[in-house]
Formats: sequence, C-alpha cells, structure tokens
Amino acid sequence: MPITELDGHRIHVDDEGFLTEYAEWDDDLAAVLARQIGIDLTDEHWKVIRFLRQDFAEKGETATTRRVQTVGGVPVKEQFALFPKKPGKKMAYVAGLPKPHGCV
Amino acid sequence: MTTTETAPAIVPSFDDDVGTGRKLAIICSKGNLDMAYPGLVLANAALGEGVETHLFFTFWGFDMITTSRMHDLQFSPAGNAAMHLPGRDAHFPQALAPLPGVTGMATHMLKKQIAELGVPEVPDFLDQIVAAGGHLWACRMSADLNKLTEADLRDDVEAIISASDFIEKTDGAQLIFI
Repeated sequence: MPITELDGHRIHVDDEGFLTEYAEWDDDLAAVLARQIGIDLTDEHWKVIRFLRQDFAEKGETATTRRVQTVGGVPVKEQFALFPKKPGKKMAYVAGLPKPHGCV
Repeated sequence: MTTTETAPAIVPSFDDDVGTGRKLAIICSKGNLDMAYPGLVLANAALGEGVETHLFFTFWGFDMITTSRMHDLQFSPAGNAAMHLPGRDAHFPQALAPLPGVTGMATHMLKKQIAELGVPEVPDFLDQIVAAGGHLWACRMSADLNKLTEADLRDDVEAIISASDFIEKTDGAQLIFI
C-alpha cells in the first residue's frame, strides 16, 4: 500500500487513493480530502461523515447510500446534492473509509 | 521530514466530467417480483456512478409502476427450473410449484430475504431511484392494453410515451432489456 502525503498528513492509501488505515483519519484530514475532490464541508456533510465513521466502526463495512438514508437519516436526494454524481464513493473517500461494497 | 518513501498525492479520479454524456436505458418488461429487481439494482448502481438513467416499463413490467399492483408483485417457482430450496443445492420440485399457496409462500420468503439484505421493496426502491435522479417512463401500448392512464401510475412517472419516443429520448444510450 502506498504512503502519500496530503497537506502535511502522511497517510496509507490504496491504489486509488482511499485511506486504508481507519485510525489515520481525523476531522482536519477530512477537510483536506474533501477539498481534493472540490467539496467544502458544511454541517450537512459532517452529519453524513460522522454516521459513516460510526457505522464502519460498528459494522466493519462502509455504509451504502441506501443505508445512509435508512439508518443515517440523510435522504438519498440530499446525498447527491452534498456529494454530487457519485455520492457513495465520495462520502467514503472523505470519511477515510473503503469504497462501499454493497450493491444497494 | 522523510519524504523519500512518500508517493505523490494520490487522489481518486471520480471522472466527474468523463462520465458526462454516458446514458443507460433499462427496459423493464417483467412483473414477477424476482424479475423486477435486476433493473432496479442496475439503475441504482448506474445513478450512483453519475450515469443518466432512464427506465421504460412495458408489458408485465407495467405492474411495477401501477399503484394498485406495485405492492403486490409475486414470485412463483413454477417454470423456474433453477429454483433451489433456500440455502441448499436441492431443486424445488416442479410438480409442487403450481400447488395452492406455493406462490404466496415463495413470495413471502423472497421478500424476507431481500429485506434482510437491506434492499427496499419495489415501490420504495423506485422512490430512491427517482431521488437519485432516475427517469421513469411508461409504455403507451401497455397503458392501452391495461386500460390505464397516468392517474393509475406513480406520480413520478414522467409520461406515458410510445416506443419511438423512448428510443428517441435514449439516443446514444446503452440499453438493457429485462
């Protein structure tokens, strides 16, 4: 796994750039990751990110957009507004988690 | 700082611009519960990848968007030689498939298994697809055959259109027929 450096954060990532070490992530890094893909984090973004982090810690896998709606309480439509076009992958990236594996 | 072993910043390429212009058209022609899902799963996946997605409901697939029927799609093992007993390799005996109650039982079991995966029921799934920007279209001939109008369909069906209209709307799209 490559080690990369983003704005002073040395992080382990996979070949695509998704973080591979859960513990290397913090709030500051989330803002850096978000800026890499053109997103400025708002409270609404943080609600999604906090849910993803907590859900991953409990379940060991990244929540899908479906789960972010039904369990996390953020409607799919809002997810698309916050993380345009590819919400599932973008949410995971900013939250420092692997891409979601679920189909739905 | 030991930068010698550090790779340059690796950022996922979400190809936001590259994806622009890719279109997917999915024709849903089946109204069995099990055959309703493949189109919905693919549509949902495509939308999640930023692909413009259109679904066209025709023939038995029309039931998926007809409000009086969409909650009641059925699954029958009859004629499905691939049907196994749940979690086993044994086939479900075809001679038993047409017996009274079997369709109801099989439908109940399939719905339960789908729910356990966190996958929504068909109407709920279509809600999600529309929320993600998907387009729903109803087939003119199917509406006429069933003597149904837009009032009988989900509110988010954009229109009842002819096959030619659908072909025109999905110019350049990749097409999946289910």
